[in-house]
Amino acid sequence: MEYSVVGKSLPKIDAPAKAKGETIFTTDLRLPGMLHGRILRSPLPHARLLNVDASRALRLPGVKAVVTGAETPITFGYLPNTADQYPLARDKVRYIGDEVAAVAAVDEDTAEHALSLIQVDYEELPAVFDPVEALREGAPQIHDNVPGNVGGEFKMNFGDVEAAFAAADFVREDRFVTAAVTHCPLEGHAAVASWDAGGRLTLWTSTQNPFLVRRNLTRSLGIPDHKLRLVVPPVGGGFGGKIEAFANEYASILLAQKAGRPVRLALSREEVFCATRRRIPLIIDMKTGVKKDGAIVGLDTKVVADGGAYLSTGMLVLFHGGAYLVLPFRMPNVRYEGYRAYTNLPPSGAQRGHGVPQMRYAFESQLDMLAEELGLDPVEVRLRNAVQTGDRTVNGWEVNSCGLTECIKGVAKPADPEKRLHRRKSSRGWGMGCGGFISGPKMVPGFVSTALIKLDQDGNVALLTGAVDIGQGSNTILGQIAAEELGVKLDQVNVIASDTGVTPIELCTGASRVTMWTGNAVKNAAANAKAQLMEVVAEKLECRAEDLEARDGRYYVKGSPEKGLSFADVMKVAIQAERIPLVAKGSYSADLKPPNIRTGEGNLSPAYSFSAHAAEVEVDRETGEVRVLRVVSAHDCGRAVNPMLVEAQLDGSVSGGLGQALLEEMRWDRGQLLNPSLLDYHQPTVDTMPEMDSVIIETDDPAGPFGAKEAGEGSQLSTVPAIVNAIYDAVGVRITKLPVNPETLLRALEKQKG
Amino acid sequence: MKHLIKLTVNGEEYEVAIEPNRSLLDVLRDDLELTGTKKGCETGDCGACTVVLDGKTVNACLILAVSANGKSILTIEGVAQGGKLHPVQEAFIEHGAIQCGYCTPGMILSAKSLLEENPRPTEWEVREAIAGNLCRCTGYVKIVKAILAVAEEMAKAPVA
Repeated sequence: MEYSVVGKSLPKIDAPAKAKGETIFTTDLRLPGMLHGRILRSPLPHARLLNVDASRALRLPGVKAVVTGAETPITFGYLPNTADQYPLARDKVRYIGDEVAAVAAVDEDTAEHALSLIQVDYEELPAVFDPVEALREGAPQIHDNVPGNVGGEFKMNFGDVEAAFAAADFVREDRFVTAAVTHCPLEGHAAVASWDAGGRLTLWTSTQNPFLVRRNLTRSLGIPDHKLRLVVPPVGGGFGGKIEAFANEYASILLAQKAGRPVRLALSREEVFCATRRRIPLIIDMKTGVKKDGAIVGLDTKVVADGGAYLSTGMLVLFHGGAYLVLPFRMPNVRYEGYRAYTNLPPSGAQRGHGVPQMRYAFESQLDMLAEELGLDPVEVRLRNAVQTGDRTVNGWEVNSCGLTECIKGVAKPADPEKRLHRRKSSRGWGMGCGGFISGPKMVPGFVSTALIKLDQDGNVALLTGAVDIGQGSNTILGQIAAEELGVKLDQVNVIASDTGVTPIELCTGASRVTMWTGNAVKNAAANAKAQLMEVVAEKLECRAEDLEARDGRYYVKGSPEKGLSFADVMKVAIQAERIPLVAKGSYSADLKPPNIRTGEGNLSPAYSFSAHAAEVEVDRETGEVRVLRVVSAHDCGRAVNPMLVEAQLDGSVSGGLGQALLEEMRWDRGQLLNPSLLDYHQPTVDTMPEMDSVIIETDDPAGPFGAKEAGEGSQLSTVPAIVNAIYDAVGVRITKLPVNPETLLRALEKQKG
Repeated sequence: MKHLIKLTVNGEEYEVAIEPNRSLLDVLRDDLELTGTKKGCETGDCGACTVVLDGKTVNACLILAVSANGKSILTIEGVAQGGKLHPVQEAFIEHGAIQCGYCTPGMILSAKSLLEENPRPTEWEVREAIAGNLCRCTGYVKIVKAILAVAEEMAKAPVA
């Protein structure tokens, strides 16, 4: 059946307000009497905190409150078992930027001045900045209760890797190293806290995860959940960097309580760089065995991760990085061992793909190396090993829809093998990479998405969802799903999102969950609402509810569109029949037994997405600069609820991938970040972007709402290896450490000359 | 000591008394409550605070408000006229050039200024015009397409 709303490239429902500059982000909020907060941060990478004296700061005119770690006695973390960070430091500081105290004053300048009046006595301790050194015996111990600095580990072992290697025709081992990169949402982290006289707190904050952050905040503050209403205004970019609670949220709450006035605490750009989160840098030792025909027989991987000063998402990043090695190629034998080391650097957390893009870079690079040694076409090798619909991976993932082969063919088309031989002379190259991702994991029982729908008196629909629109367009996608199921137009759906006081409980807007999980919850709620409305209409029209159909804003008898009611009239009838309120709920959880997080066994997600990217590059052998000429990205998103928004996800992923491949790297000198500005960090600008094409592959997943799967993170997996493989194709040097900046490439080219 | 300055913003005159160290960005956002101009870095790197000052696009975070005394400023709030969106705004909406929307006001002002100076830009000229505006969501693809589409429409339209 042709859908009316789903599958259409409709403009985002929030776009007009954004185009006019009307959208109120957290940083734009102003409340009467509002104060401005600033945070005092550690200038040392590792030190014992002996004393914090804020008395002089408090005497500065205009200062209304100061808080220190003395008032934050309970640790927090993304998960209960990663709660190793005090909202404000108490015993020690563990990286440059660690939060020590916070001030609220009548304006930011006064607050900033007050910070300089806080006297902090430190006893400096030896620090460690390298994860391998941190794991060595005798390294400075960063957390008193964690000897050896191992913050987390994950191991898995399926099949018999040793036997596979013994039977392989070719085995190779390589080390790949990825860089610390960061999210750079254009809107930095910001929060506004306001208490009322009844002890109820409202927090407006720029987060991707309202319910979990609320739980984090209330647990550490020692207040019940219901006392805190957490409202998320439109978010100016997340990319995984806003899925956790942050010190500015705690500090704004405590300062507002002390001062008896609302407090806004927005981080500066430098603070966002120095003291939020980064993509976890990995040292990856990878060993892969193949048969002569290119069939992969075994994969053994060891990972050391630079976790930084606190656990953040903890071992989850190791779990995702390891478990996903079973996609997107058939992997009969796989072993993985990952360790997360504490270091005196900012905490590593989740970023678009959460550990998986790093592993794709390593594996896809090695696969090309193997293909070359075997004399095989890298495209053919990928097609030979591609996972197919109906596959069950060695760790129990059930692939019920898979368009990987179509993705590979979709991007491989422009590569004419004859031309490839000539390219090397012109320093132009072509490369590809592939990936597979989840559509929201079910980690533990109780992972449920929910939605509420209520019908307004004029027949319009209010959709209440706890998902957060971080720019990806979730409000539009969920609105389209509701509209399609209810048989109304998109502009009849009013989406109210991400307010713990109003919207139903939702899991994180992360792990590529929203379209599949929240989408299904919305679809179920809409179906429920529709059934109620059909009953009302059937009574009015004196027919059976099952003979009715809803489409384009009307409910009518199947086959006789003239015999029916408009949506607004349906509501009138419902009101007259005293059938209000018309409210419907919906929920969704994948019908899966959650995986064993210790072994990695068990089906993680109701559906898996697949992608392939191809890049064409040109290398300047004199300067070492790489120009990406073209990227084609293909993505199997099940069904595109809104093709324009899927393309937008692919485009944004390519830009992120290009940055990670060539440009972006946080660099430290003894714990001091050297490039904490957008100018020095080098995220891609428009002039670095290649010609881009996106190809949507539709496979109609049986679990997805209208067949849809994710498109947000799986799209991020393939760009980096495509570019790195293209560089090899162009100049014949293999770069095994990211990013491939001119310096790295020139050195490699010089070495090549010998 | 505070200085009394006059600004014409989106055609309206304002008089504000401000400290000499305040940026035009802060005065627009905090004193005039025109929060459509976004604060992304305060160091002139991201372009989210792009406004048009006496006909030229500038980063409002790098301009001291006192130096804008007597000048005329266009912010995103002044782009739609008489309740009607500007063609650049419409194109951004229709082409999916807006994701999180935080770069959007600055992008739209850069694009509008370009098209006023150069109604038939090449793709490269479009890229040059918005090279100072960072976007982390879109990969710039649909933004460039939207701006080129406006130029194409303008070329088709009969000359008034």
